[in-house]
Amino acid sequence: MTDVVLPLLIAVPILAAVAPLLLSLRTSETGWYVAAVATAVEAGLAAVVLSAVYDGARLVHAVGGYPAPYGIELVGDGLSAPVVALIAVVSVGVVAFAYTGGPRRNSFYSAFLLLVGGLMGVSVTGDLFNMFVFLEITGLATYALVAADRSDRSAVAALKYLILGTMGASFFIIGVGYAFISTGTLNMVDLSSRLAGQYTARPVLASFAFIVVGLGLKAALFPLHTWQPDAYTYASDTVTTFISALVSTVAAYAIARVILTVFTVAFFEAAPLARWAVLTFATVSILAGGLLAVVQSEVKRMFAYSSVSQFGLVIAAFALATPDSVLGGVVHLVGHGLMKGGLFAAAAILAATHGARTVDDYARLGYRSPVVAGVVAVLGLALVGIPPSIGFLGKYYIAVGAVRAGAWPVALVVFLSTLLTLAYVARLLERLYFASPDAAPAPSLDAALADGGETEGESGADAAAPASSNAGDTRTVRSVSVGMIAVVGLAAVAVVALGFVSPGFETLLEPFLGGVFP
Amino acid sequence: MIELLATRWAYATFVFVMATGLYMMIASPNLVKKVIGLNLFQSAVFLFFIASAYVAGGSPAIVSSESTGPYVSPLPHVIVLTAIVVGVSLTAVALALIVRIYREYGTLDEGVLREVVDD
Repeated sequence: MTDVVLPLLIAVPILAAVAPLLLSLRTSETGWYVAAVATAVEAGLAAVVLSAVYDGARLVHAVGGYPAPYGIELVGDGLSAPVVALIAVVSVGVVAFAYTGGPRRNSFYSAFLLLVGGLMGVSVTGDLFNMFVFLEITGLATYALVAADRSDRSAVAALKYLILGTMGASFFIIGVGYAFISTGTLNMVDLSSRLAGQYTARPVLASFAFIVVGLGLKAALFPLHTWQPDAYTYASDTVTTFISALVSTVAAYAIARVILTVFTVAFFEAAPLARWAVLTFATVSILAGGLLAVVQSEVKRMFAYSSVSQFGLVIAAFALATPDSVLGGVVHLVGHGLMKGGLFAAAAILAATHGARTVDDYARLGYRSPVVAGVVAVLGLALVGIPPSIGFLGKYYIAVGAVRAGAWPVALVVFLSTLLTLAYVARLLERLYFASPDAAPAPSLDAALADGGETEGESGADAAAPASSNAGDTRTVRSVSVGMIAVVGLAAVAVVALGFVSPGFETLLEPFLGGVFP
Repeated sequence: MIELLATRWAYATFVFVMATGLYMMIASPNLVKKVIGLNLFQSAVFLFFIASAYVAGGSPAIVSSESTGPYVSPLPHVIVLTAIVVGVSLTAVALALIVRIYREYGTLDEGVLREVVDD
């Protein structure tokens, strides 16, 4: 009976998304409570899925009672359970963050819950067309959330994202169409058995190419990443925290699902060019994303390009398709979600308390906001891959997988990516802790700290401190509470603690990996 | 080549319409025309699915006591219906964003917009 949790994972947030809109008839700021209840329920359901999968079960639910190849199937296995858990945890964290951070409008929570439902749908569906529908629900909710910030640039960023995102989804559906024409089915497991034997047929190869390019666009791999830095930079800080942790993550998960479950490792053996194409795509993304991150001056933009690089790493891991690298890919997918979400949330707090938006603004903040700066340091170092942390664990498994597969160029790029990550994280840490005291625009910022960052009214203070000119910056969170700092602190603790549970991840993925690599 | 076009003209049309839509999205500086290009692109995908469902001499897939096969494949039709709904909502969101952009910047031209935003 546990399989009932799968449809509930999708249905609860989507139904709850209606409530804030209805409540708007009477009150304007009750949406938060609906979101809090819904995400708490989601966390409970995700825990059920995770524990069942951890015990070796593979949850399968046929929607509407129609059996598998004809109806839509929802699947909870070793690949989807960690992603489901990540979505649930990050949603709870973001809702907690938004309590004082805002936005508190009801419409925001409708889009937010719709996005949670879409993300859960992509993660648990076992049907390719159903995956397209959930990808588009995710997309629509994300465009709305990016544009939810009242600044004028967010609308432009959202439209750019919408056009490119729709193109990516359309490429995906064309690929699904080719696969459907070749096999006559849309169920992932059924597809994998019917594709066997015709891997080198042209429609199948075209299908793979269209699907990977389409999802690569959604996951923001270089050179298809152009929508992503603008969307992350100009969305409000709370929204960036949420979408940076999850939206590209599920697109990368979808690529993993398509490679491992639909096309399977046998496809890569029959068409080695396909594997090399994806590996090249991914490794170029790692290097280009890292290099672009190093040269950014704005912190949010730097983290955005860092995501381009990290998702390249994840996709490279799945394209290597060895048991070690797939394990590493899943670990890094989950780890990146936590680390990047935490980093954006910490950046949001620093922006609100000190008006710090660029790397130079971070000068000596390590002494003014020691806790939040400490969180940035811990999460940044985890992103580099310093043990003990989940960032190290993921990169370690990916590197081991690359070495065991004899893919030396990929192993080298994984190493280089660590250096590049270190380059931009070190720049940030150097500013935070070792900047010379004159570099810090001192006096007025102390005032900003003292009253919790609400300096918008004091135009004089803002004029005196050019670095903290966030008076017109609508992206900034409303105010900072101890609870918000606790949320980012917990993210840092979780990232470090998960560095010790590698046997846990191995147990979780063992049945799935056993199925993929017979 | 001629024979291919004569027998597979529906797929050729799909590729032509898709390429036209793609070109409009890339080449047109006008934001509304970009969205029209996006719609064209999506319509091409719908056409592709409908063409794939066609069975020569097939009747609509409504099973009754009188009608005997062959039927056209109903599954792609269902897919296209869903995809149309998705496409309409995307267009609605895109147009809403364009209205906001026009209100704030007073232009729909991508080049002008880029100059204004960079200032």
